Amino acid sequence: MIYWEDVTPGTTFTTAARTISKEEIIEFASEYDAQPFHLDEEAAKSSILGGLCASGWHSCAIAMRLVYDRFHINAATQGSPGITECRWKKPLYAGETVKIKVTCIDARPSKSRPAMGLTNWTWEMINAKGDTIMTIESWLMMGRRPDGAAPVEAI
Amino acid sequence: MAWFEDIKLGETLELGTHTFTSEDIIRFAEKYDPQPFHTDPEAAKESHFGGLVAAGWHIAAVWMKLMLETRRNQPQDETPPAPDGRAAPRGGPSPGFFDLKWIKPVRAGDTIAYRTTTLEKVDLKSRPYQGILKSFNEGFNQDGTLVFSFIGQGLVERREPYRAPATE
Repeated sequence: MIYWEDVTPGTTFTTAARTISKEEIIEFASEYDAQPFHLDEEAAKSSILGGLCASGWHSCAIAMRLVYDRFHINAATQGSPGITECRWKKPLYAGETVKIKVTCIDARPSKSRPAMGLTNWTWEMINAKGDTIMTIESWLMMGRRPDGAAPVEAI
Repeated sequence: MAWFEDIKLGETLELGTHTFTSEDIIRFAEKYDPQPFHTDPEAAKESHFGGLVAAGWHIAAVWMKLMLETRRNQPQDETPPAPDGRAAPRGGPSPGFFDLKWIKPVRAGDTIAYRTTTLEKVDLKSRPYQGILKSFNEGFNQDGTLVFSFIGQGLVERREPYRAPATE
């Protein structure tokens, strides 16, 4: 288990890569973001975005799952108070393969909750060409390492 | 929706409500954020949340859904076309958002009322036919407690192309 003590500014990792299908872009958008450039290939081609692409909120959710599978699943995560900033820099087009580069930029103990610490992270969604599609800066609450638990060797 | 030039700042639009059932919470979280406090009611009881809570990205995605539904229900023909014949704006993509806060947990059964308030208009030299509208967005639970907020941005079409003021 990864605890707050195991994370320090500079801690970094990259998630697995995943290919985002047209079908899942349309499925998410149909429920949450039903705009033509997220739903219809022909309409998307003539739109400002130039092709069928994921809802920005879908990109955030995709990033969350990739980071969960690489980090949260093994970590004492306790939720996030929020996102300082999210930039949708380029469209995430159907068929693109993306991964997330995650870097810790700050870590502090919680003054009010001694069993908890705060960590601040940047997430960068990168496509196969190496272009940055999205950046996120976000705080994450983590549990403190209990007495007797061993530090993790690598994240 | 209105042309960029005609949008008034400080105006609040109610976006309607959404009830987060446990089925709804689990369905979203199993796909995108399967932390136990979002997917497993029993494990959630043992967590510091004390019960099942909605994934933060789920709370945000529902804001988007209600925003579009509200916009779609507004009469489009009230906004006249531009002098060059372009039809009224339908709202465009967003360059991102700021200061998103998950202030209180959204629990299974909570009904969240969302609203949006126009905050700031930004002219774009690089895009004469669009401006950025910044908005302050909030979600309140059934007790009237603020649970969610963020500053959003969206591209909105201009009736007339932007001309930067002459500089010295």
